[in-house]
Formats: sequence, C-alpha cells, structure tokens
Amino acid sequence: MSRASFFKTFLLTELLQGMALTFRTLFRPKVTLNYPEEKAPQSVRFRGLHALRRYPNGEERCIACKLCEATCPALAITIESDVADDGTRRTTRYDIDLFKCIYCGFCEEACPVDAIVETRIHEYHMEHRGENIMTKDKLLAVGDRYEAMINADKSADARYR
Amino acid sequence: MSEDAVNITVDGVPMKARKGEMIIRVTDANDVYVPRFCYHEKLPVAANCRMCLVEVEKAPKPLPACATPVMEGMVIRTKSAKAIAAQRSVMEFLLINHPLDCPICDQGGECELQDLAVGYGRDISRYHERKRVVKDKNLGPLVSTDMTRCIHCTRCVRFGQDVAGIPELGTTGRGEHNEIGTYIEASVNHELSGNIIDLCPVGALNSKPFRYRARSWEMTQQPLVSPHDGLGTNLYGHVRRGRLMRVVPRRNDAINETWISDRDRFSYEGVYSADRLQAPMLRDGDSWKSVDWQTALEAVAQGLQQAPKGGTGFLASASSTVEELTLLSRLARGIGSGNIDHRLRQTDFPAAVTPSLGMAVADVDALQALLVIGANLRHEIPLLASRVRKAAVRGAKVSFLNPERFEYLFPVAQYWVASPAQQLAALQVLVAAARGAAVGSEGVTAEHLQLVDSLKSNERKAIWLGALAQRHPAFGSLRGLAAELAALTGATLGVLAEGANAAGAHLAGAVPDAGALNAGQMLTTSLHSYVLLGVEPQADSLVASAAAAVAGARFVVALTPYASDELKAVATIMLPIGSFAETSGTYVSLEGRWQSFAGAAQPVGESRPAWKVLRVLGNLLGLQGFAQSASEEVLAEARALADGAAPQAVPQGGGVAAIAADAVVTDVPLYQIDALVRRAPALQATRDGMQAPQGAQGAA
Repeated sequence: MSRASFFKTFLLTELLQGMALTFRTLFRPKVTLNYPEEKAPQSVRFRGLHALRRYPNGEERCIACKLCEATCPALAITIESDVADDGTRRTTRYDIDLFKCIYCGFCEEACPVDAIVETRIHEYHMEHRGENIMTKDKLLAVGDRYEAMINADKSADARYR
Repeated sequence: MSEDAVNITVDGVPMKARKGEMIIRVTDANDVYVPRFCYHEKLPVAANCRMCLVEVEKAPKPLPACATPVMEGMVIRTKSAKAIAAQRSVMEFLLINHPLDCPICDQGGECELQDLAVGYGRDISRYHERKRVVKDKNLGPLVSTDMTRCIHCTRCVRFGQDVAGIPELGTTGRGEHNEIGTYIEASVNHELSGNIIDLCPVGALNSKPFRYRARSWEMTQQPLVSPHDGLGTNLYGHVRRGRLMRVVPRRNDAINETWISDRDRFSYEGVYSADRLQAPMLRDGDSWKSVDWQTALEAVAQGLQQAPKGGTGFLASASSTVEELTLLSRLARGIGSGNIDHRLRQTDFPAAVTPSLGMAVADVDALQALLVIGANLRHEIPLLASRVRKAAVRGAKVSFLNPERFEYLFPVAQYWVASPAQQLAALQVLVAAARGAAVGSEGVTAEHLQLVDSLKSNERKAIWLGALAQRHPAFGSLRGLAAELAALTGATLGVLAEGANAAGAHLAGAVPDAGALNAGQMLTTSLHSYVLLGVEPQADSLVASAAAAVAGARFVVALTPYASDELKAVATIMLPIGSFAETSGTYVSLEGRWQSFAGAAQPVGESRPAWKVLRVLGNLLGLQGFAQSASEEVLAEARALADGAAPQAVPQGGGVAAIAADAVVTDVPLYQIDALVRRAPALQATRDGMQAPQGAQGAA
C-alpha cells in the first residue's frame, strides 16, 4: 500500500470531499421540479402523442398517400384508403400503435400535407387493452383539441426548415 | 451470324444486331437501359416522347433510340454528356405540365415518369407559369382518368389501333391543347381495354375498381393463372394483408404476351362479393345454420352413404383445378357413381375427347387460313381472338360459320350466319367440296370452294370449334364433320372448350363413365343426391329446369365459394371453398400446358381449398387414395394418370344427326360465364355486363 492511499484510507478525505459537495449544493438553485405542478421546458420539436390535423375549413389534411406508413421503421401505422364520397382520396382507417411507435418523427417528416404530427403531449396513459391503438377518430380529436398549440409550434419551427 | 447482322458499338461495348433493328431493341436485349415513355415492345413505334434520345457518332443531333435503325459500324453513346443533356431537357419539358400530385396518384410508386424523374429530373422547376389542366374523361366503369397527368405518349391510342383493333381513344388538338380522349363522350368497351392501364406510363389511366385502395409497395406479387378461359393466361395477383387487391398481367410471350382480358383483370372483385360463404352451412328446414367443418363433413359423408349406388350426380365447374377434379372423380367412383361431368352448357354428348387447340398458342399468329365454327371468339377467349386478329391483319384468311353475326375487328374472309341445322348442312357441303365436288354439285358454291381452297392451299391452317359449337344440339355430328374437313384439308382441328380447365377436367376423369349420366341428363332428371363443385346449376347451365332438377334431389352438397340464392334454394349442405386465388392448384390449358399456382390470398372466413375438403371427405367415407398431404401429391397422381392415357383423336364423320330446323344455340354474355365474373361489380357495369343475364335467356 502506497503512502498516498494509506492516508486516503484512514483520514476519510474522500468522504469529506463528498460532504463538501453536498454542502455547496445546499445553497445552489434547485434543479428538481415539483412535477406535475412544475414542468420542464419543451422544444417546439418535441415528439410526443400523434395528431391528425385539419385545414382551417375543417377538411381533413390526410390524403391517404401512405408515405408515413411506408417510412415508419416500427411498422406502427396501418392505413386503409378508399374513394371518399366527394371523390377524393381519403383514409378509411388510420391506426397508430403507440406500443410499437418509437416516436422518431419520420411520419411527420414524410407527410406531404403536414397531416400527421407529433405534438408536445407526453402525459397520457392507457387503462385498458386496445387503448394503445390511436384510431383515426382519436387522432383527429387530438388534432382538433390542440390545433392552436400545433400551429404555434409548427410556425415557430418553420423558419429552421 | 447471317448476312443481315451488323456490328455496332454501344457505350464502347461491341454488339451484334439485326440490320434494320431499332437501337432500343438492341440495347434492351443487351441490358443497356435507355429511358423511354412512348416506346413499348408490343406496340408500333411512335417516337413522340423523345425521352430515348441517344448520341450517335456522326449524327449532328441526338437521335431517338426507338426509331433509329442500326447500321453497320454505328457508334452509339447512351450515357454521354450530350445524350444525358438531351434526356434531361426532355424530362424538363415533360414535367412542365405534369402535376405534382404523386401522393394521391395511384401510379405513385410504380410510375415510369416518377422513376425517371429521380434520375433525369431537376430538383427545382424553372417554370413559374400555370400548369395546364385537362378535363377528365369518363371512360366507363373500368378505367379511371386523370388526364392532367397525361404526357401524350399515345401508347393507349396505339393499343386501340393496333392490338384491340378499334381506335377507342385518340388525340385531339395540337401543342399544349393536345388531349387524349374518345372524340365523342363514350366509354371504352373493348374486352381488352383494361390493358391501357398497364400501358399508361403515368397515372392518367388507372384502374377504377382499384382506385385509391392500395399502394404498389404495400402489396406482394403472387403468380396466378386465369380462371376464365382455356388459354391459361398468366396473371399476377397483388395481395395486401392476405387480400387480393388487384390482378395484373404476368408476361408470357408463349401465351398472353403482356396482355390480359378485362375479365381476368377485374374479376377479382368477385372474390370478395357480399354473398361469400363464410362457414359451412346446414339446411334446417327453410333456414340455414352455420356449423363447424367436422359436423358438416360428417353430415355430407352420412348423406352420400345413404344414396343408392349410381344415385349421386357429381357436377363440377370447368374452372376447378386438376387437383379438385381428380379427387372429385375419385370420390365419385369410390362411392360407385360414374355420373360426373363438367360440361354444363353442352347439350349433345358424343364420345368425350380432351379438348385441345392442337397447336401452340404462339403459332396462332402465323396461321394463314382459319375456319372458326360456332365461336364468339372475342367473348370466349379474348386473347386468342387478338392473336387471330394479328394473323388476319398479316393476311390470313379467317372465316366464320356462326349462328349469329359477331363483330370482329379484323378482315374476315367469309362470314356465314347459319342456324344450327344450316351449320351442319354447310359443313357437309364443305366436306363435299374438300372431297373434290365441283361447283353446282352437292350444293357447292364458289364460296365453299374458295374457303376449302384457302384451307388446302395454305401451309399453316386450322379449324376451330368454339363454345357455341359445343352447345350445338348435334355437337357430335358437327365435330365429326369438322374433323373430316380437317383431315381432308390437312388443317389442325382445335376444340375450344369453355372453362379454364376443360382439358384438365377430361384428363382428371371428370367425364361420365360409359353408360353413366352426363351433365345434360343430370340436370334434366332428378337424382337421389348431387355433389356440386363450384357450380350454380341454373346460372352455369343452359337447361331451363336445371335448378328444379337439382332441387328435386333428397340430398345436395354444394362445395362453393358463394352462398347464392340459387344454391340456398336447392342445397342441403353448403361447404365454403376457396376461389381461384385462395387455393393451390393446376390448370391445363387448351394447348396442353400444365400451369400450377400457389394460393395467393387468404381464404375468406372458414373456407378451405376444395381439394382439402374433398380429401377429408374421402377419408370420412373410408375410400382409398385420399392420403395426400399437399396438392402437389394430388397433381403428381393426376399427371401420372394423364401421361399414361392413350392420346385421343376426334372421331371423324359418324353421320349427321337430325335436329329441329328451329333449334337455337345460346350465346352466354361475356360477363355471365362463371360465378366469379357474375359477382364483379365493375364488369357488370360495363356495356357487355349490362346485357340480359343468362338466366333470363335460358328460361325463355
């Protein structure tokens, strides 16, 4: 045993160093947050729960091009499409399996009409089997409810794209 | 190599070519890719897209590869700076007016323009002007149009002119006002018109039933064989998540080249018709209850065991596979019944001879003389008619002896409209003329002599008996006379039976034993019990009382993909079987080609491949020869049986049966011929599909 380590072992210098750090930190501003009363700041690019958007006139944006389905690396998206009553191309089914989704945001990148987006919502849960499947109705409902936030986020991010 | 070979150099590689061949053919044959839109191997050259411009040494400007014949010592550069610059400029021109709607375009992912734009397009557009917009045309229920996407390659126009024989589409206007259309408001009605969907290099012409249903990259491609006619057309089924989404051609130059008929292309819709039988059903008084397979099959076995020997009639569709028919015929014979038949629309049953074209399908192109007896060829085997058209356009003398006047889109040497009785008389005169009778004797006229001469003097000649001949009240006599005429003139006799597997049905033994009942007898008098394989007795036959005869039986088992009203009225038990896309099997085409295919789509509901159902049924009945575990084993047995059989020849002569002078032969409408097409909504909405259903005619 060398001399240095002898002193280190018997004079508890490391313990004192640790105590010193604790003491210093005691007077610094706190980094922990009282979640959920307090929340950490989020980027406008945060990739959370998905939403399907509409145009301001209420028309669905999604045109069933299936590029999101094709690009999805986790195969979480399932789409079926058909001719809508007005003759346009529309989805008859748009399912995202949240258990499969890895929140990579490729669907959002692939979308030519900014229909599928990942919102900043990350606080959601499921209570029953099957609720992990976000159906078209659920996705549109999320989009309708948070359109203001989505729009603001997209506008803020637009100049970097 | 022969004298007319020339040596050329393409991209520094020496190549040999035939003199006068177009550059693009040489490059294609040598795997050098030259981009193209308007050029198509099976169509005449138009050279109007200019995408295939290549640099040719000593030529001042780039030349179109599709329309420049090769010459000795030609030096061609397909990827030089000059060639690429020319191709890029053409691409820029084509994209001026092409809309940027790839995400909603059904062609997206399989679009020639999209693919080439990746290689030759610029990433930004230099044009800020408005793109032109062209009004969509309504081409009927099969082809959807988005004419703004059209790049005016005129493939569809040339298809109409040179393959279909009727210019249904054409161009109007010049320059930017150039439009493809039907001149006047009209639908495309030709039985091959669906091929323009494949020909269109962009998304201007697409499949209407398939519109917006799926993307090309989502589907897997499975080889199939057409279940509608005996040509053995090769198809690809495009399947997504176990469901058949669409059908496209599988290229086979020996059979269908790159074409398929509309019937092959759009009948897939019938696979998912609303009346698909989902589970085995047992009659319970007037209602039906669905049961499990075990219960159903045991009930079938019990029912069949109660039938007296020879008291069961087996009727099979001529589009059943070899495997199904082999097992069905084994089952029939196993329970002591020789009453098995697939010739549901036939009325006269001479000795059964395996139907055959007698020649390779590809050789039809080169025929010099042809006599067609009793065939609405364009409806019976559309692609064979297009091959005959090719021969006729090249100068072949094609004559018809038909009960009605059918439209043929090619030069016809002679067309005789004759009632069934007159058909027999006319053939007798032709035989006499072939024997050397002079004009005036035995009713021989100059026309008869002319026809016989065309058959005798030419080298490649054939006589065909179509489906209408087989429905003839004296088919035996007609066939005997035709065989005699064929022997006298040296022509090949072809019997074009209905159904995709008529030849296979004969080889598999789905014809009655000597002394047993044929389809006509089974459908006129009630037996104790019936087994129907893919058959709807009334709709699939021409016997007016067919449904009543089957309904008169005590026990009727229907192996069927569909729970039609007709079957619900007559059957005791319905067993769901897979359609042509959901079972593995083999069809034997009229040229004797055995073509096997695997099941492409998942069977609907509880349905099972029919060969499996029959195999289990055989086991339940305690019969021998039902121990196969794969359809290939059944096929091997059928193949051995067919190879062991002695070759059959159509018997000649045999006298002329007397038939009523007012006897008629019924032509079945194009889209009524089998259960599948009857259930395809798009086909039913076409002009041919809207004709009176056959049931109404049969009852008349």
